[in-house]
Amino acid sequence: MVQSLQKRNHSLAFFDEQRRIIQSETTVKSFERPMNEVGLSPLFATGIQTFQINVGKMCNQVCKHCHVDAGPDRKEIMTKETMQHCLDALEKTDAPIVDLTGGAPEMNPDFCWLVDQIASLKRHLIVRSNLTILVTKGYENMPVFLTERKAEITASLPYYLDKQTDAQRGDHVFEKSIKALQRLNELGYGQPDTGLILNLVYNPVGAYLPPQQAAIESDYKKELGRRYGIVFNQLYTVTNMPISRFLDFLLESGNYDAYMRKLEGAFNPEAAKGVMCRTTLSIGWDGRLYDCDFNQMLGLPVNHNMPAHIRDFDPARLATREICIGNHCYGCTAGSGSSCTGTLAGPSELSHL
Amino acid sequence: MSGYYRSDDLPRFPEMGTDRPELWEKFNHYYAAVFAEGALTEREKALMALAVSHAVQCPYCIDAYTQACLEKGSNLEQMTEAVHVATAIKGGAALVHGLQMRNAAEKLTM
Repeated sequence: MVQSLQKRNHSLAFFDEQRRIIQSETTVKSFERPMNEVGLSPLFATGIQTFQINVGKMCNQVCKHCHVDAGPDRKEIMTKETMQHCLDALEKTDAPIVDLTGGAPEMNPDFCWLVDQIASLKRHLIVRSNLTILVTKGYENMPVFLTERKAEITASLPYYLDKQTDAQRGDHVFEKSIKALQRLNELGYGQPDTGLILNLVYNPVGAYLPPQQAAIESDYKKELGRRYGIVFNQLYTVTNMPISRFLDFLLESGNYDAYMRKLEGAFNPEAAKGVMCRTTLSIGWDGRLYDCDFNQMLGLPVNHNMPAHIRDFDPARLATREICIGNHCYGCTAGSGSSCTGTLAGPSELSHL
Repeated sequence: MSGYYRSDDLPRFPEMGTDRPELWEKFNHYYAAVFAEGALTEREKALMALAVSHAVQCPYCIDAYTQACLEKGSNLEQMTEAVHVATAIKGGAALVHGLQMRNAAEKLTM
């Protein structure tokens, strides 16, 4: 299996090197400039709707586009003590959504304990699953566990065909993902009137922007239904961020400059207004606080004298914090915009010629 | 000139608005209207444009509409079929002109 950038001691495993490349203005102008032009610089949070907790970088897959640089060789895992800090913080807010991500969050040994604690706090729980972990030995009970807790599942499936999916996520990932989706459907996920929400995530298998969400959702529903009898609720389209392993791909394939210019040229003010960091607090595996999962992977913590760790959580201050932005943010504002729950704005005009 | 086709010329296409901006604007409006969702989807139109790009053998258009097709959610199987449609029509167009040859030959020979 391919190793993570960190395991390979790759230069892009280091935050400074990633930031040096992304922040260079030889390719695109600083993200602050378009934000300033539309009156969004400085950018402030508008509240905390979502606690996005990254419970660790361990994963059973090594996807080529992974912004976390996750994989089986990553050992960074959130401890139960840090989880307890997250729960204590959660009790201090009325944030309605808790979003668990990773790596493969299910691989954290205290994942089930955390899920049960969140359920007792009566928050809406989203689990970001890579699907294959749900059919991996040792995790076979996970689909039933999630069903009983009525966790919303947001699952990665970059395309409705095997070739594209495996090219990005590894050999046989598509086949295992289909098995996992069929299992989830058997348990009621994605089925009408069960309250068990199953959403899928599309992201481009290469250096291009995602399609219009409604159009590709229609293709997914038709093709997954026709070929495999699979049903699901919504498809979210997500833009690949120019960081970590996708940055490595862009540089290695000679696509970096063109991709960054494409993101910059597709800057959409409507998407910029609704970026997810304005309503999200991102918590790292070690309890450090970030504006989003991408800033987390670039080592850009919440700034401007905010509490740096979840044990020091201060809801009033964090809810109106100034957000740290960088050129990678062009990824969230391009075209129809991109977030963990798909697009942020209506279609924008993009001319290809 | 080192060559007629340069990939970095593609993003310079708007420079064709220099000197006669009103014609460029008219072209742009027409172009955007043509490719907007209508009786055909944007994805179908991008696949047609990809096929035509090959028929007119425009490297700029092939570059642009390969990306456009991917960004509309098409896959390589669909895009390859579109190129074969262009190929079939181009080939068929050559072949059907064989009747011109046959007509001419019929007139000239006993």
